[in-house]
Amino acid sequence: MAREITYIAAIMEGIHQEMSRDEDVLLIGQSVGGSPEDPFVAAFGPDRVRVTPISETAEIGMAAGAALAGKRPVVDCTMAEFLLVAMDQVVNEANRFHYMSGGRVTAPLVLKAGYGFTAGWAGQHTGSIYGMFMGVPGLKVALPSTPADAKGLMATAIRDDNPVLFLHHYLLTLETGDVPEGEHLVPFGQAAIVRPGTDVTLVATGWTVHRALEAAEELAADGVSVEVIDPRTIAPLDVDTVLASVERTGRLVLVDQATRHASVSAIIAAEVAEAGFASLRAPIVQVTALDAPIAYSKPMEDFVLPDVAKIVAGVRRAVDVTLPHDAATAVR
Amino acid sequence: MSTNSQDRVEMFRTMVRIREFEERVKRTFAEHPGVIRGHTHLADGAEASIVGSIAAIRPGDQVMATYRCHGYPIALGTDTTAMLAEIYGRSNGLCGGYGGSMHLADPERGFLGTSGIVGQSIPQATGAAYAAQIRRAGDVVLCFFGDGASKQGAFHESLNIASLWKLPIVFVMENNSYSVSVRVEQEDANAAAGEPLATKAKAYSMPGVTIDGGDPDVVYETVAEAVSRARAGEGPTLVESLVYRLSAHGNSIAPPGVPLHYPEHEAVTVFGDVAEYEAAKRGDPVPRFRGALVTGGVLDAARADAIVAEAADEMQRAVDGALAGPEPEPADALRFVHA
Repeated sequence: MAREITYIAAIMEGIHQEMSRDEDVLLIGQSVGGSPEDPFVAAFGPDRVRVTPISETAEIGMAAGAALAGKRPVVDCTMAEFLLVAMDQVVNEANRFHYMSGGRVTAPLVLKAGYGFTAGWAGQHTGSIYGMFMGVPGLKVALPSTPADAKGLMATAIRDDNPVLFLHHYLLTLETGDVPEGEHLVPFGQAAIVRPGTDVTLVATGWTVHRALEAAEELAADGVSVEVIDPRTIAPLDVDTVLASVERTGRLVLVDQATRHASVSAIIAAEVAEAGFASLRAPIVQVTALDAPIAYSKPMEDFVLPDVAKIVAGVRRAVDVTLPHDAATAVR
Repeated sequence: MSTNSQDRVEMFRTMVRIREFEERVKRTFAEHPGVIRGHTHLADGAEASIVGSIAAIRPGDQVMATYRCHGYPIALGTDTTAMLAEIYGRSNGLCGGYGGSMHLADPERGFLGTSGIVGQSIPQATGAAYAAQIRRAGDVVLCFFGDGASKQGAFHESLNIASLWKLPIVFVMENNSYSVSVRVEQEDANAAAGEPLATKAKAYSMPGVTIDGGDPDVVYETVAEAVSRARAGEGPTLVESLVYRLSAHGNSIAPPGVPLHYPEHEAVTVFGDVAEYEAAKRGDPVPRFRGALVTGGVLDAARADAIVAEAADEMQRAVDGALAGPEPEPADALRFVHA
């Protein structure tokens, strides 16, 4: 049975159910287990749920150590930027232990963090910084766009024997959707075709999936059939589903809230250019954030971000290559 | 070291101006919904600590702080209309609408800026002190941060180097007993053991002192002594200034569409400890210092009322000037990416 719950509730439900299922799963972080009425402490006790000081290096490093010692820690890191304080622990430690030990040890841990809070949070709390993690060997990266995927990807992340970065989009926090009750697993490395179409393939992640769907709806009214694909995890990345779609449509538009050269879209564009060149009937179009930090003031914040109008313009250009290259959607 | 009567009245005036400014920020959420975006952190309750500290430095000295940054520039003389316009995201703002509440900077007045990430301005301030040391003009840096930041590696690494190199810096830890919604006893080993957080200074062989941050005279005397040591080349000091923030950590953290407001303090909302919060309100440093000045014959009640009225007028002008400011041009988002 499914019922409609929020994206954030779905994430927490995924953690809760895995903690019920496996007593090795732990939950620590700066904003969990601190209050007397914390539901996770009530359910699982203070051994397994602990509030931490503001000490990211210690939180993530300790999670790696506890994972080596047989536990499955989930660290609520709050915001993606806070991972940067502990970058060595995120990209140079737990993710390499299995490899460096020749497979003798594993470090199963989940780092949960929100990203993309483009709602006036200004320069240091708004970044879509997933791109810098997708090429890190040994690290998996999930980017759920719906409540159901959020729950299912979290459960899969906790069961995975590798470090997983679970990045949830802040602007989706209170969005609701149908979420299965009970066990619900979404496999890693399997993209979802969220809207089938025949003329153009449109790939988007997180919050931009919903903007892409709005754009597809608008374009459908003009007779352009858009297929929208959500990779759901960017490491591993399901290139095959994108290639198969491009084989049918011949056109590819990539939407990304990250800055252009740190984006998932640049990687997908390269993969399709190499493996799907023969299918392409038009140049690949990327609709990304412009190469700037996020400003506090709304007019400037809006200017750098992809939106429905920019996505529609990008698709129109893929359909009709004689249209001008819009500076707002393709600044290098 | 002590302040004269005129200095103490000016300290009171600045405390009142900070309080009035923060009240106008808070009121903006109700009176002009949507004008303030994102996350905003208020300094109400810390006025005595801010003003007493900054009274102890001179032009040429520098200050770095955290995202809870509205008080310092006011004490340094920054125009309050420009500050409020920044918090309203206007192009006439202190930073042109690029930074907002968390990222105020006014380098001409020695306010080098802030970091929105806990603890990260501590090494930056330490670097400014290194620059001051080799500039040899006798300048000192004040580094403000909260109790939560002392659990960051950046804090410990910086205190070690500052002490090792005898850098001209004073670390002012505003201990307000809460890391967002977590009480200091839950996250600090010294606090859990019943010891002051200034104990951490011992590990780095520098003086560490814990003071009543609600008394600007005490703060001034303590920080002035630390500044003198720093200026004399004797190295850093850790000052633990005990304050109580009278507002919640920040406004409600909500995605777009959910109205923003200031919730109650976490002592009440998380721990149900109304008594603690009410006691803190009774110890409010602004009326407390006013009482001390009036009782001591330094200030009469009519003059104190006039100072409050002047501050209220100034902040009304700031609100009006900020609201009248134009929004930035969208394409200006691409300016200042590189120098």
